Amino acid sequence: MNTALKVLKADDFASDQDIRWCPGCGDYSILAQMKKVLPEIGIPPEQTVFISGIGCSSRFPYYVNTYGVHSIHGRAPAVATGLKLARPELSVWVITGDGDALSIGGNHFIHLLRRNVDLNIVLFNNRIYGLTKGQYSPTSVEGQITKSTPMGVVDHPLNPISIAIGAEATFIARSVDSNIKHLGAVLKRAAEHRGTSFVEVYQNCNVFNDGAFSYAQDKATRDDATVELEHGKPMIFGKNKDKGIRLKGFSLEVVDLAEGKVKEDDLLFHDEQADPALVYLLSRMRHPQFPEPIGVFRNVEHGTFEQAVRGQIDQAVEQRGRGDLQKLLSSGDTWTVKA
Amino acid sequence: MSTQAPSAIEKPVEHVSGITVRLVGDSGDGMQLLGQQLTNTSALLGNDVATFPDFPAEIRAPRGTRAGVSGFQVQFASHEVHTPGDTLDALVAMNPAALVTNLADLNKGGLLIVNDDSFEEKDLKLAKLNTSPLEDPSMENYRLIKVSMTRLTKEAVSEFGLSTKEADRCKNFFAMGLVYWLYGRNMDATLRFIHGKFSAGKSTIAAANEKALRAGWAYGETIEALGHSYSVQPAKLTAGTYRNIMGNQALAWGLLAAAQRSGKELFYGSYPITPASDILHELARYKNFGVCTFQAEDEIAAVCAAIGASYGGQMGVTTSSGPGIALKAEAMGLALMLELPLLVIDVQRGGPSTGLPTKTEQADLLQVMFGRNGESPLPVLAARSPGDCFEIVQEAWMLATQLMLPVIVLSDGYIANGAEPWKIPDVSKLAPIPVSHPQENNNPDGPFKPYLRNELLARPWAIPGTPELMHRVGGIEKEDGTGNISYDPENHQKMVHIRAQKVANAAKLLPPQSVEGPASGDLLVLSWGGTYGACLTAVQQAQSAGLSVAHAHLRYINPFPSNLGEILARYKKVLIPELNMGQLRMLVRSRYLVDAIGFNKIKGKPFTVTELVEKISEHAK
Repeated sequence: MNTALKVLKADDFASDQDIRWCPGCGDYSILAQMKKVLPEIGIPPEQTVFISGIGCSSRFPYYVNTYGVHSIHGRAPAVATGLKLARPELSVWVITGDGDALSIGGNHFIHLLRRNVDLNIVLFNNRIYGLTKGQYSPTSVEGQITKSTPMGVVDHPLNPISIAIGAEATFIARSVDSNIKHLGAVLKRAAEHRGTSFVEVYQNCNVFNDGAFSYAQDKATRDDATVELEHGKPMIFGKNKDKGIRLKGFSLEVVDLAEGKVKEDDLLFHDEQADPALVYLLSRMRHPQFPEPIGVFRNVEHGTFEQAVRGQIDQAVEQRGRGDLQKLLSSGDTWTVKA
Repeated sequence: MSTQAPSAIEKPVEHVSGITVRLVGDSGDGMQLLGQQLTNTSALLGNDVATFPDFPAEIRAPRGTRAGVSGFQVQFASHEVHTPGDTLDALVAMNPAALVTNLADLNKGGLLIVNDDSFEEKDLKLAKLNTSPLEDPSMENYRLIKVSMTRLTKEAVSEFGLSTKEADRCKNFFAMGLVYWLYGRNMDATLRFIHGKFSAGKSTIAAANEKALRAGWAYGETIEALGHSYSVQPAKLTAGTYRNIMGNQALAWGLLAAAQRSGKELFYGSYPITPASDILHELARYKNFGVCTFQAEDEIAAVCAAIGASYGGQMGVTTSSGPGIALKAEAMGLALMLELPLLVIDVQRGGPSTGLPTKTEQADLLQVMFGRNGESPLPVLAARSPGDCFEIVQEAWMLATQLMLPVIVLSDGYIANGAEPWKIPDVSKLAPIPVSHPQENNNPDGPFKPYLRNELLARPWAIPGTPELMHRVGGIEKEDGTGNISYDPENHQKMVHIRAQKVANAAKLLPPQSVEGPASGDLLVLSWGGTYGACLTAVQQAQSAGLSVAHAHLRYINPFPSNLGEILARYKKVLIPELNMGQLRMLVRSRYLVDAIGFNKIKGKPFTVTELVEKISEHAK
């Protein structure tokens, strides 16, 4: 018998199912990166579970050869929380979209984050409802013309990163479907974090909302339109690395490094353990006024939910002994009727 | 601490076979506590007991108003009782609002004990009364005992230096003492309760309550107006050790037993809702049984988390009441498609919408039968009494694991908060509920088939962590066997039939329907759920009066017992009493084409035996 541990490859995580996303969909790239990253994490397929809700992104579990639940709209965080409480040793991923996580499942999303259940949640944000063929979503921008908003969206969009920091998520990151190297690295870091890891991925829906994130995807613009967050490093961006982000009072500003008036040391140095208020400021950086941050916004350690819940159970057993049902049924006042 | 009851009762004692008492006061007056103590004490004396707590949804409705009246009715007897009693032998009323809202139920010549101190002008005004009901000529119909409870209690506890408010709070114990004397109840259990409850740092309160209790007893012994006390001998129950048990408590304990019998850890996902919350409170205390209680952010998350836990191989359970069950509907459909074991427990209350949160009703039957999209049948079981809740959830979990599907259990507010003596079972004699998880791939030619079925059509409960059995499940229609997404028309029809047949297969695992009374005749009373006690008692009374009537009480509503149709055919008429507009009747009529007669009450209250007997008499000779 061969007892050597098998070295896993991306193919080991590929299921036998035909993938039914539209050709050119950003989801393919995210799936490819996930399959690449999973063997690197080193957790075998049978210990990994993908749980999704409803929407294009939520078909994801069918395409990875792990355990998986394609649940109902918005409720994947709740299903995953139950599974993780039952089986803390499993590696659990929640796959969701902007409608699934932020509209119908907004409540569960917030509570998952604040509880800090040790799982990873990847939100495919394409700013549109794809599977229902093109209605606006909670992240659609004001004025966006969609099938359900022929005169333009009037809602103010939700900002997923702002919501996450509001719920005090312990790991918050953003990446872009087409930036595969970056995406892979972010997914890996999410997997390594203990607690809820939240990753927003800008994902292009080439059928109903093509180009929504072109500024962050296209080679020509992305260096100026995004800024890569690197822990302990100054926030510098631009094709020529000649622009930076500086803290001015309680707001942020873009500064020009080329003129030499502003030095690197004057810039904001990214700190993944910074005060939540600063993370919130970063989350408000929006194109075109600001480059949009990609990378890890926040990574802090905090006890996990399942650890605390299981801890109380262990403590109860330790203090009171394993429950004895007969004793419980006979506890308190009883009386005996003789035959 | 002395637990000796005050010495010799010098007044004469009248022996009676049973007593029905109702205790009514403000929702802050401690009437529920008083009632529970009287129930427990009576059970300990060996009486059979049945209770009916009836309280407002508001925690503290405006003091002294009719809306704030909280009541507790208990019948204790030397014979078997199955209902809290129709009319009252005694009514204890702590204020005018409580008196006028309950007096109608007091028997002519019945004992009426009132707290005389709370019949002042302002109290009458709060109860929207112009004159004191105590001055009403109708009082001649009752044995009215006016007691200055507030003043007497204050005097009794004066030595403890309590605030006026604290001293006033002791008056329910004074009332309790008086009632205990009146019915020869032993004070020991209540004294244990007082000193247990008010232990840490509250020993003065405990001592004051004990003093008030004893003062109430002494008052009964002393006053001339009460010429004698009563005695109710122990009931002849089957031999064994008994305790008093409430429905929600029995249900929680039944879940613990089901988990133990199946070798599973109990995962309980829930969201607070009346009248189901006590199950959460109860289970949260038993973490040392390995129970994981999860108070979710909403009803949907509660059921979804339970599904997640079941998927992981635990015993997933969620409980709620009507409004919460409505929210869980989509997730119940998911569990049905995933074919995972799950318990969904509905402690029914008055509806629709928010309805009557603290009142009882049986109007969720059609909701749990049909309240899901698509063809989505599920087994439905209904508990009949507080103690029965212990059994029924174990039976439901057996079905859920044998058939791999969610099972619904119906309870109701009347059962949940009601109490009865309960023979403590021998845990070692409870048979195991066999559960297994496959370890081997069942498909020699390819990947594991999660929907390959056994003879009951149950699929294997393969759980994450098992090598080589990785598979995906979801709410989309799936191909039988492989579980792959399938939109094939033939497959969908096949799967719909399979899921229906699985539910039908439950009948193979359950006993047939039994009937109490003649095997054929004029009338069959067909009941279900919490109306059991009232229907049983009514049928027994009608039978004693020589009427040709039998009683069948349904425990399994979906699927119906396999012999039910044949039973129905043996009687000229079928009467279905329900606390709804005729929901079981609709099911029975459509299934068996029997023109069943309905008797329907939707008042938030249980049936009285009297009204059932009247109805039975209309249809039987």
